[in-house]
Amino acid sequence: MSLLRADDVAIRYGPVRAVDGVTLDVAEGEIVALVGESGCGKTTLATTLLGLRRPDTGRVLFDGVPLPTGGRGLRRYRRQVQWVPQDPTGALNPRHTVYQAVAEGLRVHRIGGDEPTQVREALAHAGLRPADRYLAKLPGELSGGQRQRVVIAGALALSPRVLVADEPVASLDASVRGEILALLLRLRADLGLAAVVVTHDLGLAWHIADRVAVMYLGRIVELGPAADVLTAPRHPYTRALLSVVDGSRDRVVLPGEPPDAARVPGGCRFHPRCPALAGGTARAVAHRCRGVDPVPLTGAGVACHLREALTGSG
Amino acid sequence: MAVAEPLLEFRGTTVHFGPVAAVRGVDLTVRAGETLGVAGESGSGKSTLALSVLRLLPRTATVGGQVLLGGADVAGLSWGQLRAVRWAGTAIVFQGAMHALNPVRRIADQIAEPILLHGSDRDVDGRVHRLLDQVGVPARAARAYPHELSGGQRQRVMIAMALACDPDLVIADEPTTALDVMVQAQVLDLLAALVADRAAGLLLISHDLSVLAGTCQRLAVMYAGRIVEHGPARDVVDHPTHPYTQALAAAHPKIGDPASRLAPHGLPGDPPDPTDLLGLRCPFQPRCAAARPDCATADVTLRPAGEHRQAACVLVDRSLGAHR
Repeated sequence: MSLLRADDVAIRYGPVRAVDGVTLDVAEGEIVALVGESGCGKTTLATTLLGLRRPDTGRVLFDGVPLPTGGRGLRRYRRQVQWVPQDPTGALNPRHTVYQAVAEGLRVHRIGGDEPTQVREALAHAGLRPADRYLAKLPGELSGGQRQRVVIAGALALSPRVLVADEPVASLDASVRGEILALLLRLRADLGLAAVVVTHDLGLAWHIADRVAVMYLGRIVELGPAADVLTAPRHPYTRALLSVVDGSRDRVVLPGEPPDAARVPGGCRFHPRCPALAGGTARAVAHRCRGVDPVPLTGAGVACHLREALTGSG
Repeated sequence: MAVAEPLLEFRGTTVHFGPVAAVRGVDLTVRAGETLGVAGESGSGKSTLALSVLRLLPRTATVGGQVLLGGADVAGLSWGQLRAVRWAGTAIVFQGAMHALNPVRRIADQIAEPILLHGSDRDVDGRVHRLLDQVGVPARAARAYPHELSGGQRQRVMIAMALACDPDLVIADEPTTALDVMVQAQVLDLLAALVADRAAGLLLISHDLSVLAGTCQRLAVMYAGRIVEHGPARDVVDHPTHPYTQALAAAHPKIGDPASRLAPHGLPGDPPDPTDLLGLRCPFQPRCAAARPDCATADVTLRPAGEHRQAACVLVDRSLGAHR
């Protein structure tokens, strides 16, 4: 059963359709990667899942219940769903010790109990052991990977059930990256934590995700088990993305600029850049690609007229 | 037939900032038509090495060994000669194009600047438009200011500027780091094609092995200010010899490789300390899972590691010995 669910969520900023009808489920203990290029709406969707922004239409459900709208209810909700930002250096106050950084959430949420023990436990879960060695340190005395662990410890202190991580390793060096990703997997194994990982990095999805949702211009265009989506991509956009990451295939470099969410093309939103349409593969369904918006996905699948036609006939 | 002087040669190059050793003895060569990638993490010394080529390092830096451009030691160049070399002989594309472009000048004027300083002043407008066309930026962008362009367009403008004076050598330091994968692929393809068209040399610096493997013929991996592995790029990335290169390669998995699925591996331990004098030990020894006792007591320098390949690791000797 779904722990966290975005149900036909749309978010607009004036003319900008940042998120345009997204349905996505996250099960207990599941790691879902939300991948796409800048401007595809993945971060906006993440902030909505965190209850930081109310959807214009659609809703977010946690444990089957729509998110509360009041301040107090939302605060209770946010304990359960914690945010791990991209840049730990920016997220930590340079004058606060590790102890203060991790204890802050406990104080904001007025969690009683033995604060020092809770902080030590959170640090240990985040892989900073022995915790006592780190308590008095300032962010400036830590490496990038250690800072990200402190940020994660701050989230863990509240005993959340879901982490929403925005590019959690993008600002880290390659050799440290694997350690932080391994930590996310360990937290899932040890604490049953689910995670939504927002990333442009398909290798990261291969490393840790159970399922992958590929976003393009505010919509999920392909969704499915990570191994399927990443090794047998079906949407032309997913195929192109994978081809440029993995140098050994025939690269499909899409022409033109990343699209503008203030001017979403009619028909299939990907059609102006679609290699299948330009190359003639999609000739039989070209009128639909240009004229009909594919039905938004509500589960595993591909939002593509060509794929629909192929599965329909065969 | 005489072999032409390399475009760029580092000979035992070192760079110190007071007690901090950023570059600890690098030997590398780039010839006309060659593309060399330098990989490394923050603090590895790769950007410092790039800046040493055109003497762009701050005054606090002390450069040792030699940096030769077309056979001439850059340390011996006068300011006039250095000015002549910058842009016209060797051009640098920096990362972060938003900050490298002047926010209050139009794109065309900025591209025209090196042409006016170093080349002719005839038909500058025509040249600017041809450059923009080559790098795939629409002509109307000529009258735009940097903030009106996308990140990918700005990085293309930086490349147009670098090519404006037909340099023999292009140095690109993380030219695509802030860009989306698709735009990154566009920019790298462009850079490689333009360099190939002119038979120029390219020194491409990145933390991302896959970027370098896709664009460069040869690859050098830096750790703690030294080259620890060097060889044909594809070969080094697909079959790394040095344990550090292996860790870097594993950080960006090959999608579809079952060994890395749900199994990310990191490198334990701290990044190297640039004030560490090292002395007689392998710089990577504290973090190396394969280290042997002598790694802590003997310096480990580059040695042959297969065809056209070198690695600074004692394991190489053993594996080569085993093949014999």
